[in-house]
Amino acid sequence: MDQLYGYSLYGLSLLTFGGIYAMLALGLNIQLGFTGLFNAGIAGFFVVGAYVSAILSTAPSERHIGGFDWPIPFSLVAAMVVSALIGWAVARICMRLRADYLAIATLGIAEILRLIFKNETDLTNGARGVSYIPKPYESLAQPWNHVMMTVVVLAIVAVLYFMLERARKSPWGRVMAAIRENEDSARAAGKNVDRLRVQAFVVGSAMMGLGGGMMAHHLKFIDPNAADPTTATFLVFVMLIVGGSGNNKGAIVGALLMWTIWSATEIFTSMLPGDLAIRSAYIRVFLIGLMLQIMLQKFPQGLFPEKRLETGSSG
Amino acid sequence: MIDFINFHLIPGLVLGSIYALGAIGVTLTFGILRFANFAHGEIMTLGAYLTLTMMWLTGWHPLILLPVTMVILSLIVIGMDQAFFKPFRNSPAVTVVIASFGLMLMIRSVTQFSWGAQLQAFVPGIQRPNVFFDALRISPKHILIVISAMVLMLVVHWVLAHTRIGKAMRAMSDSPELARLTGINTELVIKATWILGACMAAAAGVFLAYDSHVSTMMGFQILLPTFAAAIVGGIGRPYGAMAGGLLIGVTEELSSYAWLGDGPLLEPGYKAGVSFAIMIGVLIWRPSGLFRGRVF
Amino acid sequence: MAILELENIHGGYGQTEILHDISMRVEPGEIVVIIGPNGAGKSTAMKSVFGLLNLTSGRILLDDVDITNTPPEKVVRQGVCYVPQTGNIFPNLSVHENLEMGAYVRQDDFSGRLDEIYELFPPLVEKRNLPAGTLSGGQRQMVAMGKALMLDPKILLLDEPSAGLSPKYRGEIFKVVRDINEAGTPILMVEQNAKQALGIADRAYILVDGKNRLDDTGKNLLANKEVAEMFLGGGKTEVKKPAVRKARGTPKT
Ligand SMILES: Nc1ncnc2c1ncn2[C@@H]1O[C@H](COP(=O)(O)OP(=O)(O)OP(=O)(O)O)[C@@H](O)[C@H]1O
Ligand SMILES: [Mg+2]
Repeated sequence: MDQLYGYSLYGLSLLTFGGIYAMLALGLNIQLGFTGLFNAGIAGFFVVGAYVSAILSTAPSERHIGGFDWPIPFSLVAAMVVSALIGWAVARICMRLRADYLAIATLGIAEILRLIFKNETDLTNGARGVSYIPKPYESLAQPWNHVMMTVVVLAIVAVLYFMLERARKSPWGRVMAAIRENEDSARAAGKNVDRLRVQAFVVGSAMMGLGGGMMAHHLKFIDPNAADPTTATFLVFVMLIVGGSGNNKGAIVGALLMWTIWSATEIFTSMLPGDLAIRSAYIRVFLIGLMLQIMLQKFPQGLFPEKRLETGSSG
Repeated sequence: MIDFINFHLIPGLVLGSIYALGAIGVTLTFGILRFANFAHGEIMTLGAYLTLTMMWLTGWHPLILLPVTMVILSLIVIGMDQAFFKPFRNSPAVTVVIASFGLMLMIRSVTQFSWGAQLQAFVPGIQRPNVFFDALRISPKHILIVISAMVLMLVVHWVLAHTRIGKAMRAMSDSPELARLTGINTELVIKATWILGACMAAAAGVFLAYDSHVSTMMGFQILLPTFAAAIVGGIGRPYGAMAGGLLIGVTEELSSYAWLGDGPLLEPGYKAGVSFAIMIGVLIWRPSGLFRGRVF
Repeated sequence: MAILELENIHGGYGQTEILHDISMRVEPGEIVVIIGPNGAGKSTAMKSVFGLLNLTSGRILLDDVDITNTPPEKVVRQGVCYVPQTGNIFPNLSVHENLEMGAYVRQDDFSGRLDEIYELFPPLVEKRNLPAGTLSGGQRQMVAMGKALMLDPKILLLDEPSAGLSPKYRGEIFKVVRDINEAGTPILMVEQNAKQALGIADRAYILVDGKNRLDDTGKNLLANKEVAEMFLGGGKTEVKKPAVRKARGTPKT
């Protein structure tokens, strides 16, 4: 019985983390999948959202600016707004770059943001990070606190999913698809391609900020290492590619699936003795990289191939 | 003034030489295969670890082992190309770049698995600098690094300007379709590109390790300045990459000099941001790079 | 026996068919000209020889050997040289290096051939060390043709060699085309300057909408009424889209 209880809690944890990653993957999907914008700086938007929501919602502290004791929903909205603003600035500057330049530039922005959170000790407590971040429903008794956290995360993912699906099928989404198919003819048809791209980038960035905020509340702690590109950027790419770039359902399933694999392999490697446990932890990263390669080479459509909409006559 | 030279200018030149060597590979890959290879940092790291291992086995100096490292690394990189990039020859750049993310993670985890994540050093302890004219302090390793880097850049120049394959590489960088119509074996050119890039990456990795230490993240840590160097020099342009590397390296080091007042102009913690700022500036105002004129 | 023969070619770049049953041939010693309106498929027909298309049916024969769908690097080795309509030089290589690249597949010493090319195009001599991309349009065309001639090809394919040139250069290019032909190289050439081209052509094909419309000797076609209406009179003038050179390595705008 105890064991079953343990498994259930583990399952909840998988769903919670997987759900938070799903927010990132959905954000990347609207940028890369829908619009073809190559954001390799997910970690940057993620960490901004995490810090903003953390600092606004914690109780006042000596160690960092604030906290401001905001209710979590408000701090999350602020996290989205700040991430969106940064996304807007980035988009304004970099939108016209070709794909791989944009990837380099966004990777750099994420790095700069990490440096800021690490070096501005007065604001962020530097490398020691922000702790005592409140968590939704944490005062409930075990296991209901965990259950509620999972419910909150999945509810947000569900809301995002329905909103994105509507957006995708709306005239706006059709124009986005048309732009990606053939930018020149979309331009010729009088679409303001750059503005639409900026919009997609901003919306995606806001979702990444939301994911960061949720992660901060879930972990109750955030430090600049959260901007590690391996887990905060490249893992998200793997999730989206596995799930199917361009497909919202794929983004969610990819996130849950890859998080489960990522997490379950950790259990396995941590059971190995001593040094081997540390080393085989690296093998997990290898598998992630290999997975990405195999998917791209053999199943470039992912688990859920993109459903193409008719783009011809739409306005 | 002498502090400026000892602690900023000379380290800047050393760092700049390393960036330049790394950027040559990035820019060649971009010019000929047309994608930004995010695994290039890891290739540099691998070069450093290969050399470290051979040092354990032979006890020889890293610079003597460098040619051997270059050969081994070239073979490895060609293998990687066949397995992980060749399937994407006709794919859009986005796909290839994502594929390079995958390769990056794979190489990094293999180095971490094989050599552990802790820092290691080629030469334990601190080397004494040579003192010239009573005040100019240059450590011998810095002299070695800068001179070797210059020699290697001359070699790259010679290959590109005077050999048949080097000219074919430039031709393909100019126009892949015309290159094929001219009878150039593009797969052979691609191999040559990887070899030249891998040799310079080996040198960059070994010099960086020789200057500081060996770590599994060292290559990724200099990936951004390396890209910045390539972009500043006009991506696809090896000479631009060399100049861009020196420029970025020197600027990074000079940014923490006390230009105004006593404190450093920019906190050293933000050094890495300098290359990025330069890169963004160039991307916005001079997207074809700082240097006009001939590509090679 | 024809040097080059296209037999009932169907094909295009992707799924859409652009060439619908194209046939043409070049006999030894001939200058054969292809004319037709913009978008007729003239360049596409030339590219089909180099395996650059997706051919659904038809054959391409070189000296009676089937070379259908052979990749370009192999076609070149069999002595077919091609000067494309656009992007026909390596702009960042020097003039001299462009010519050397032309001889890329030659294993022997080609310095003699280099001298001959410089004799054929004297203006290139003093520009030999400049990047080819810095030359004027006419001189670039000379580099492109010189580069193609380095192999001393069995047959030379030229896609609109005089496009966008001043009348002076145009005349020079036509003269060189004749000279090359008189030295024994058969030529298949696409041209917009129908009058001049038909004037030097042994035979010509008129392509419209990816189909053979007419073929006859240059002389007869010059006299043909339909041709006169379509290409020689007021019908089609020298309104050509500017040759767009592909910008690479720079962010797209
Ligand atoms: N690379 C390509 N991919 C797809 N379609 C192409 C490509 N190049 C040409 N086309 C299409 O093929 C058709 C024929 O083009 P082609 O270039 O052969 O015409 P052309 O007769 O040479 O015209 P021009 O006088 O303008 O040179 C056109 O409809 C064109 O849009
Ligand atoms: Mg044409």
